[in-house]
Amino acid sequence: MTAAPRILGPLRTVQRPSGPIRDDFRMIVDLIEPGTRVLDVGCEDGRLLELLVEAKGVDGRGIELSMAGVHTAVSHGLSVIQGDADTDLNDYPSAAFDYVVLSQTIQATRDPRGVLDNLVRIGRRAIVSLPNFGYWRIRMQLLLNGRMPRTWQLGHEWWETPNIHLCTLTDFEDLCTRLGIVIETRRILGRGGARRTPLMPNLLAEQAVYLLSRR
Amino acid sequence: MSPDPSTVPSEPLLDAVPAPPATQRVMIGAASPMPLDGGDALGPFTLAYRTYGRLSPDRSNAVLVCHALTGDQYVADHHPVTGKPGWWDTMVGPGRPIDTERYFVVCANVIGGCMGSTGPADADPRTGNPFGLSFPVITVGDMVRAQALLLDHLGIDQLFAVIGGSMGGMQVLQWAVAYPERVFCAIPIATASRHSAQNIAFHEVGRQAIMADPDWRGGAYLLEGTRPVRGLAVARMAAHITYLSEPALHRKFGRNLQDRARLSFGFDADFQVESYLRHQGSAFVDRFDANSYLYITRAMDYFDLAGEHGGHLANAFRHGPKGTPVRFCLVSFTSDWLFPTSESRTIVHALNAVAANVSFVEIESDKGHDAFLLHEPAFWKVIRGFLDGCAEHRGLPPRAAE
Repeated sequence: MTAAPRILGPLRTVQRPSGPIRDDFRMIVDLIEPGTRVLDVGCEDGRLLELLVEAKGVDGRGIELSMAGVHTAVSHGLSVIQGDADTDLNDYPSAAFDYVVLSQTIQATRDPRGVLDNLVRIGRRAIVSLPNFGYWRIRMQLLLNGRMPRTWQLGHEWWETPNIHLCTLTDFEDLCTRLGIVIETRRILGRGGARRTPLMPNLLAEQAVYLLSRR
Repeated sequence: MSPDPSTVPSEPLLDAVPAPPATQRVMIGAASPMPLDGGDALGPFTLAYRTYGRLSPDRSNAVLVCHALTGDQYVADHHPVTGKPGWWDTMVGPGRPIDTERYFVVCANVIGGCMGSTGPADADPRTGNPFGLSFPVITVGDMVRAQALLLDHLGIDQLFAVIGGSMGGMQVLQWAVAYPERVFCAIPIATASRHSAQNIAFHEVGRQAIMADPDWRGGAYLLEGTRPVRGLAVARMAAHITYLSEPALHRKFGRNLQDRARLSFGFDADFQVESYLRHQGSAFVDRFDANSYLYITRAMDYFDLAGEHGGHLANAFRHGPKGTPVRFCLVSFTSDWLFPTSESRTIVHALNAVAANVSFVEIESDKGHDAFLLHEPAFWKVIRGFLDGCAEHRGLPPRAAE
């Protein structure tokens, strides 16, 4: 297995990938108990939902902002609505799902705090994966080039990026503490998806997956 | 590589496929009249319907198609009056998204209609004369109640799916709210949970056009041997504009002149769009009853699911302690200004509030409200995919290999 391709493409694609499963998806699937009720917020074309339905037999739902993603997902028989994490999560009743998943999306929301609050309200547990802006390569790009960093995960120019609320793992964990959210599990992914022991994660992790619940 | 012949599904034997029957009819409410939302009761009355495909032995593959304001039961075969193909033959038929090789499709003419189901043009058994305005005012709820009695007659406890656009979509919503345990999945298309003030206003224009026609005779035109064809045609012309969009009209007609090189400086149909609308109006009066038009538009105006549930639409979808068990797929079209996407979104929000299983897709189209009846492959793909997913959950046999 080679490392994930280091392309400077967009983070969010709507083409259903036939290639390898995203590393954070594997971890999310691992964290979810079989037969549960799952809401995937920002589900793109429904790839993760499909994995969850196949591997864990979940009752899966999705919300996706892009119409192209919604079309693909619904045409594949998944329950997905066109909607916006920033506004539409308010509609859902509390504890309606066993898990609410937000994969690689929190940095693109207008109000990450409100979204995070909603995730642990709607779900008994929330699973959040996010890119770590404290990753050493990102720090080096800014330090040495004096330019906004771009990685395979965060490939946009600063003026077109949907990622308006990037944070480091320390920043994210700090927000969880402020909101009274318990980090039950944290899984760290190093360069190209390699799993790391959590040694200096804020420096060495390229991304992380959190299992969260309300205190 | 050629397929193994033993695994190829054999062609159905010709003698096993009965010739499509003419419109079926059933008499309902003979034992006891059906109560109506308006307080009256109706019965006995006739429902005219068509079926396509075959009901599976466990009766689990029935799909009810609900027609729109001026539609009828001829979904997928030629219309007996106009000779035109079925109004949704792109959606319903062998190999279509609602595949009649797989599903047993039922479509009934609504009560109040004029294609065989009891309506104001039929004889009032008390007098022997056409009902006219003595026909009771009916609602979408009444239409659906009558359809439920039809399903009882057909021995269908639970529909696999109920689908329809516009007023058909209202019936779909009503089905899911009134009979949640009888619907596995619901597909309301280009519709709303209540008729908006603007839409009531358009309907009122149509009704006033009919009633202003001297041949309407206070609704008793059948007794007096007249027909308010001018009023009904104007009603249809006005309504038809609301089914289209400005870009669609412009693409089709622009300011092109009709069979002439220059303006006539008179009131002939100079423009193609005028000629088109006049044609729409005059063709419509051949197949539709003016009083039916009054009654059915009124039923749409009265539709208000939230209003019937304490002003909270979400309450309509509560079912015991949990949300509705029905799986929903809502579809809207970008250029539909009669039932805009915001109406579908309102329903989605209410369904989310009870954590219902819901999909929602907005289709990019410039064809306006009528898009759901027209060539929209992306729309067909969504419906096919949603139905396939639901069929899997319902445990229906998989689609035959294509």
